[in-house]
Amino acid sequence: MRTFTLSLSFLLAVGVASAQTQQLNGVVIKGGEKPIVAVPDFRATGTTAPSLMAVFNSTVQSDLQSSPQIKFLPKTLYPLRIPQVPADLAAGEAAANARPAPTPGYRLADWAAAPANANYLGIGYGAEDRGLFVVFGYFYTTSATITDLQQAQAFGKVYTGSLDQAGAVDAAHHYAADILAQFGGQSLIGSRIVFVSNRTGSKEIWVMNWDGSDQHQITKYNSISTFPSVSPDGHIVAFTTYASGYPAIQLFSLDTNRKLPFYNQRASMNAFVSFTPDSKQVVFSSTAAGGAAQLYIANADGTGFRRLTNSGVIEVEAKINPKTGLDLVDVSGRSGLPQVYKMNMEGTDVQRLSAGTGEATNPSWSPDGTHIAFAWTKGFEPGNYNIFVMDVITRDTLQLTANEGRNENPCWAPDGAHIVYASKRGAQSQIWVMNADGTGKHPLTQTGSNEKPVWVNAEK
Amino acid sequence: MMTKQKVTLALMAVLVLGMSAGCKKKIPPPPPAAPAPLPDNTAPGPKPAIGYFSAEPTTVTVGQPSSLRWSVTDATSVKIDNNIGDVSPNGRRGVYPTATTTYHLTATGPGGTSEADATVTVSSPPAPAPIPTASQPTIQEILAKQVQDIHFDYDKSEIRGEDQAILQGDASALKTVFQMDSNFVVTIEGHCDERGSAEYNLALGDRRAAATKDALIALGVPGDKLKTVSFGKERPICTEPTEDCYQRNRRAHFSAAQ
Repeated sequence: MRTFTLSLSFLLAVGVASAQTQQLNGVVIKGGEKPIVAVPDFRATGTTAPSLMAVFNSTVQSDLQSSPQIKFLPKTLYPLRIPQVPADLAAGEAAANARPAPTPGYRLADWAAAPANANYLGIGYGAEDRGLFVVFGYFYTTSATITDLQQAQAFGKVYTGSLDQAGAVDAAHHYAADILAQFGGQSLIGSRIVFVSNRTGSKEIWVMNWDGSDQHQITKYNSISTFPSVSPDGHIVAFTTYASGYPAIQLFSLDTNRKLPFYNQRASMNAFVSFTPDSKQVVFSSTAAGGAAQLYIANADGTGFRRLTNSGVIEVEAKINPKTGLDLVDVSGRSGLPQVYKMNMEGTDVQRLSAGTGEATNPSWSPDGTHIAFAWTKGFEPGNYNIFVMDVITRDTLQLTANEGRNENPCWAPDGAHIVYASKRGAQSQIWVMNADGTGKHPLTQTGSNEKPVWVNAEK
Repeated sequence: MMTKQKVTLALMAVLVLGMSAGCKKKIPPPPPAAPAPLPDNTAPGPKPAIGYFSAEPTTVTVGQPSSLRWSVTDATSVKIDNNIGDVSPNGRRGVYPTATTTYHLTATGPGGTSEADATVTVSSPPAPAPIPTASQPTIQEILAKQVQDIHFDYDKSEIRGEDQAILQGDASALKTVFQMDSNFVVTIEGHCDERGSAEYNLALGDRRAAATKDALIALGVPGDKLKTVSFGKERPICTEPTEDCYQRNRRAHFSAAQ
């Protein structure tokens, strides 16, 4: 029962669901119950556009299915007649009293009725216009209390893209994002994921679009380059590289793919950068003072170096609260095996967040600073990590992965509704993404071994 | 001593016989016997000559035969010690020494006694690494063979009691290395098994390398010749999910500094 309550409150928190949901025209969705959305396949006219509609339709479906805000209605439950334009719906309403009853589908009520039971309906069609791919997309509530079609329409928009697959995918992402925005979903369009891949033979930093497309290499050191993190403004990727022989911090511009200056302290290791919310300072681990790695704070170029912790035990993986910038979590050996701790930005008021059993590691803040995702062995063997989410105030946890290999390095998406992570289900690790409630898991990478994903905010 | 006395008596007897044989006419009772002459020069007859007394081969391993060969002239008896005893003046004898043995040949003749030695050197099988000073191991060989990894318990960086002997061996080998080349620098690499997080393991490997360095300094190894670097779990020497492999990876390893 506890888990159930938590998952509800958790969904409210990450999905910004009930309280902030933009309810359509007085339609009330009961707390925790996801609205059911139907979007039948769009068709297109022209010579090239029809062949692009399959890509468009599958992308819309994928985006909606992998969203925690709604439930996407399986297409097998759809009525037989598929409206394509508002005029089809108007005709349906007009023929409501006709004898014999028309084939169902043109009336919103047909979609609200069993077996569909959809709360919302998305319709539209594609076309070519002067060499561009154009989609007319509409979105309706099926609520019976709204009789006026104009009022029932949440939005109707025109989406244009290049007349190719990329254009179709782009249009689909935007249409799906507009639908999810009706339920508080924040668009991930433009956001990217930085990760580590060994597909060239050595570990290098890579970047891809949030849907797994356009994967390309950032570093070419032929060394070990790993542990990436990204500034909240989306401009800088920090990582740790052995290019100089010792683990040292390096910064790259995500805009130009060029190295940026960073002053490394003389130490056997400098690693694990976390940026402050304004991207102007960094906290990282260093052995500059000898002994176990401790947390230090410095300017974003490494100058102004100042010590935060003095625990005498290993302190790694500092993650600054992205919302407040007033506290951080890290992984510490203060109580033996590694656990997740929380402290303020002066390194004081230290509290253990994880339960103390097994090993808890890889913390990642939710964008609103209320939750952390982390990897925990819980009661299992060392190395048998799964992804958990914790409410930082109540310390309640929710397990998101189980019996799916070794799962590590969760990182929250900017929309607070998705989590990207690394899952090792054989010899190789791959990047996976899931909803923040553990549903909708799917892989983003296939080539080589890929790990340590970091979701990048769309550049501000 | 008994043998010497017998020889002296025999010599005296021979002299008496010789003297009596040499006299043609009766003479008065002989005076007391003259003192025994010195064995050489004064003794009548030639001294036994040892043509050769050799062992072939001169070096064998345990269980392998060596052949003793000798040739003696002007001897009435030829003896070889080490339980060989009386032998003919010319001969050969196979021997199977279990340790390096010097065979002593004694030839006795009317003219005296001659002696000779032949040594068979026994090496123990299999032949150990060549000790001769001509081929000292190189620094790289010492690093690879004599400086052994130190191993650690899970999530620990303390050097275990059972690794103290290895550590002391490493310390003396490293001192040898630094004596051979005062500019040589050794890197101590800290490694971890694959189970912990890569992040925590980077810091843990750093602790293991540092703990090993500190312990070597305490044993007298110059600290300025030792660098440390952690590879966390990025460079495993095995990848099987077994405790044996985990243990092999939880180590401090020594390499030549770049």
